Amino acid sequence: MRSRFDIRHYSGFFAITCACLFILYAPLIVVMIYSFNDSLSITTWGGFSLRWYADVFTGPESEKFKLAAWNSLSIAVMAASVATVIATAAAIGMIRGGKFKGKSASFALISLPIMVPEIVTAVATLIFFSAIGFQLGTLSILVAHIVFCIPFAYLPIAARLQGIEASYEEAAQDLYAGRWPTFRYVLMPIMGPGIVSGFLLAFIISLDDFIITNFIKGAGVETLPTAIFGSVKQGIKPNIMALSTLMLVFSIALVTLSYFIGKRGADPDTTA
Amino acid sequence: MAAGTGSGRTISSTFAPVRNYLLAPSWLVIGIFLLVPVLLMLVYSFLTKEFRGGVIWEFSLAAYDQFLFDRGLFGDDPPKIEWAYITIFARSIVQATGATILCLLIGFPTAYYIATRPTKTRAVWLFLVTIPYWVNLLIRTVSMKFLIRDNGPLNDALMGIGLFDSPLQLINTNTAVQLGLFYSYLPFMVLPIYAALERYNFAFSEAASDLYAPKWTILRWILIPVVKPGIIAGCILVFVPSLGAFLAPDLLGGAKTFMIGSLIEEQFKGNAGNWPFGAAASMILLSMVLVVLMFYARAQARDQV
Repeated sequence: MRSRFDIRHYSGFFAITCACLFILYAPLIVVMIYSFNDSLSITTWGGFSLRWYADVFTGPESEKFKLAAWNSLSIAVMAASVATVIATAAAIGMIRGGKFKGKSASFALISLPIMVPEIVTAVATLIFFSAIGFQLGTLSILVAHIVFCIPFAYLPIAARLQGIEASYEEAAQDLYAGRWPTFRYVLMPIMGPGIVSGFLLAFIISLDDFIITNFIKGAGVETLPTAIFGSVKQGIKPNIMALSTLMLVFSIALVTLSYFIGKRGADPDTTA
Repeated sequence: MAAGTGSGRTISSTFAPVRNYLLAPSWLVIGIFLLVPVLLMLVYSFLTKEFRGGVIWEFSLAAYDQFLFDRGLFGDDPPKIEWAYITIFARSIVQATGATILCLLIGFPTAYYIATRPTKTRAVWLFLVTIPYWVNLLIRTVSMKFLIRDNGPLNDALMGIGLFDSPLQLINTNTAVQLGLFYSYLPFMVLPIYAALERYNFAFSEAASDLYAPKWTILRWILIPVVKPGIIAGCILVFVPSLGAFLAPDLLGGAKTFMIGSLIEEQFKGNAGNWPFGAAASMILLSMVLVVLMFYARAQARDQV
């Protein structure tokens, strides 16, 4: 901005940044626009209309979508909740557990679900459930989602905990607070924003998952991504674009929420 | 990151006596439902296939043999090298490498531009890059398919401005898959590089500039070496998921653009129905990823010294 002699300025970088954002947003914006298309065909523009949004809720496929949305949301809420509890405990164990043997092995195990490619996790989980004769369905999806949600919940929680001085808990314990009250009344309020972002991240990751769910959902159980994938196989229909736009708006609302929670969390308690 | 905040203080151990109870749930859940399954998958890759899915508990090397050798329809011809699967793996590596390079070329300048903004506008830019990362990958890939299909908006626009006379046939080509992978994982490249650049001390660049170093020399020999860990992290975050990607090759590509992910999926969900072969292909993919991660861990350890 100051001049071209500014050593921080490289010509062309601004143009590339604009190109980057254009690439990231162009497909999403195009689908958003076409979701309001009145025409039956996806190629020609037939004027503005909300008919495909009505179709998502009342059309011939609406029952399927509603059930899938219910499955997706209930699995995501349960998986993210369980994963957040497990991850919070693990973060306290890792970061407030002192030095111990196998700390790096423990960290490797917690991050294993991020390191193993999704398709490999999907194959391994399918083989495991079929080998032990576990019925594929909502429960198998839930278990698999809890597993891969743990590291995503763990990372923001652990990052938050790392920034909190141990003196708060030490003070509480000096005043004869047991471990549970120390956690419940001292540590948890300070960790709050980290726990909430961990939950939200796990929630989105669960909602987002297609590959693993597709492998282990069994017959008849659909989540939103698998239902959309099934529909898209026969070509992109306008109602899918409306449904996609709704999901898009939902995701953006969640990110905005987590952004503001994160902002509120950046208080003087954090030491850097 | 972690080492930075923790150093200077003694490691706190306020919860040390209950450490094992706190860690046990995560160990058990991930151990039973991921580590054991992966080991079981290794076992399955050495079993005999049952038609229509599943396995027979009999040791066999058939899966790995099928991967490497072609023994004819009845399996009694002299073995020839089977190129089909090697080609699929090679294509996956090429595609993942290409996507990584493209993401780096666009992602680095973007991260740099954002990191050099004033604090307030920086948050807005960063937020804009983060949003697509949170949007469902399936929806993003479907959107890309909608955009680049033969009579889609991209071709309308290109023909509208007179760049082409006939629609560009992108769908079902390797180019489309490449574009899809690049688009899918671009935010993964920007964010770690940004994190590294944010901590970069521009006094280094100023010192070099005072000594008459040209700008691009400063970038190449001072800035890039300092933020290298962020660049490597970004490359891994793009390369690893691209290698095993399923959605981009499946939705944007066709039979000629098969990648590892589609090959594996076909063994379990599709018509092939060969579980040991799918398990073997997954093991090979996993080994490749582990090699990349080990390389990364070693590079990180070197940088810490």
